[in-house]
Amino acid sequence: MPPVISIAKLSKVYGTGHQALSEVDLEIRRGEIFALLGPNGAGKTTLINIVCGIVTASSGRILVDGHDIATDYRAARKAIGLVPQELTTDAFETVWATTSFTRGLFGLKPNPAHIERVLRDLSLWDKRDSRIMTLSGGMKRRVLIAKALSHEPRILFLDEPTAGVDVELRQDMWRLVRGLRDQGVTVILTTHYIEEAEEMADRVGVIAKGRIILVEEKVELMRKLGKKQLILQLQAPLSAVPEALTHHHLELAASGRELTYTYDTQAEGTGIANLLADFAAADIEVGDLSTRQSSLEDIFVDLVRTSA
Amino acid sequence: MMAGMNWPAVRAIYLFEMARFWRTALQSIVAPVVATSLYFVVFGAAIGSRVTAVDGVAYGAFIVPGLMMLSLLTQSIANASFGIYFPRFAGTIYEILSAPVSPVEIVFGYVGAAASKSILIGLIILATAALFVPLHIEHPVMMVVFLLLTAVTFSLFGFVIGLWADGFERLQLIPLLVVTPLTFLGGSFYAIDMLPPFWRTVSLFNPVVYLISGFRWSFFGKGDVSLAVSLGMTLLFLVVCLAAVTWIFKTGYRLKS
Repeated sequence: MPPVISIAKLSKVYGTGHQALSEVDLEIRRGEIFALLGPNGAGKTTLINIVCGIVTASSGRILVDGHDIATDYRAARKAIGLVPQELTTDAFETVWATTSFTRGLFGLKPNPAHIERVLRDLSLWDKRDSRIMTLSGGMKRRVLIAKALSHEPRILFLDEPTAGVDVELRQDMWRLVRGLRDQGVTVILTTHYIEEAEEMADRVGVIAKGRIILVEEKVELMRKLGKKQLILQLQAPLSAVPEALTHHHLELAASGRELTYTYDTQAEGTGIANLLADFAAADIEVGDLSTRQSSLEDIFVDLVRTSA
Repeated sequence: MMAGMNWPAVRAIYLFEMARFWRTALQSIVAPVVATSLYFVVFGAAIGSRVTAVDGVAYGAFIVPGLMMLSLLTQSIANASFGIYFPRFAGTIYEILSAPVSPVEIVFGYVGAAASKSILIGLIILATAALFVPLHIEHPVMMVVFLLLTAVTFSLFGFVIGLWADGFERLQLIPLLVVTPLTFLGGSFYAIDMLPPFWRTVSLFNPVVYLISGFRWSFFGKGDVSLAVSLGMTLLFLVVCLAAVTWIFKTGYRLKS
């Protein structure tokens, strides 16, 4: 199946001379949840804004559902719903009016039943006649999502959707995003919260300094780059790692009651059997064992550091 | 081209802008009516009774076309410039830019709404004027043509100002420093013939003279310059404004980085 979005050699230099994107190549698969991870200023928002038509690319080509965003912008933009990062709303409008307005902008006939469904899904139905300026920040965020969904997009961009959002809304949003994916909507979200990507994404792209440094299946990424740790709870505390065990590169923690062994699941051998044998030989009693996988966050920090 | 147009978007922008007009009806309708009534009290009743008829038209009636033009110009510019500047200021412009909307549709929506509002206000002023002075319109069709042309042209001009402005002060700059003086000096309250010869020549460089003259012609069958010249100049301003808007969208000036 052809990709739903294909970006080729995309570069952007702003008027100030700042190079926001350099030769970005990226393909988004139909129906996936794609997380674009990167620190502030990495080029995430610029990338989204170019695809959506808000910023003009300096060079490169973008196809959305086969439509060139420059020459066939109507068809390309029709497919896309955008939830921007900033809470930019028409303060004096009602929730209902602003949501219906967006639908009209995208060339669709009014459909009160659809608008009602969207507002109910986002717990905005009771607020439909409220002016936006009377709403809380979280509610405004919901309004922006409602606007983006009002025109039934096949691709949804969420730019930092959960920045400064409470737990309840975050969970609502994740539920909503999964629901959309089940309906076949492609979702692209940017975030610098790793847990969000870890929780939601099918694939992860990492961007730093305007370059895509990695695109990978989330599971694959975590398997490939993820180190595992074996934590051994000791019966009796140790003051130092015994001589016989130093070649295992153990770390002593929890006032000498815990030893941590780091291993690579992809390596030829994990060394766990040898480790445990050495423990027995050194007569160290182990009370409990647990393993821990490094999070996407650790991987991400590593990647951005090495590419910098 | 019309068939491929995104009419629902034009409608959405138009209705959105008109909704703001009705929401602020007090400022948008009552204020111009009060202002016009004051002009009639001052110029029509107080001063007008001491001024002889101009070209056989009683002074009170003579100033009606000029007063309508004054409101038409200021309202068109104010409505259109605010209409497009505010979304830029608030950031909601992202939505217009990311929608499948062409520049033509954006202009139709914003400029159409601004022109509608100022025409509405112009007609309200005409109705108010009719309460003060007996009115007779000699060429109603041409009056409507001038009304439409002026409203559209100056709404386009206001749209350009709204795109150019980078602050609320700038938004006021051109209307206050350029348009209001030109309108007052454009013969709103006098015929150009009443000026000394030197100032009469200077006046011919004031574009507003042609608008008011043509408009006055449609009321009384007489103007400062010929109808053809008035109409020609009005169309010329329209073309200039259209060219400016086209250039802005082509280059993305102040809209896209």
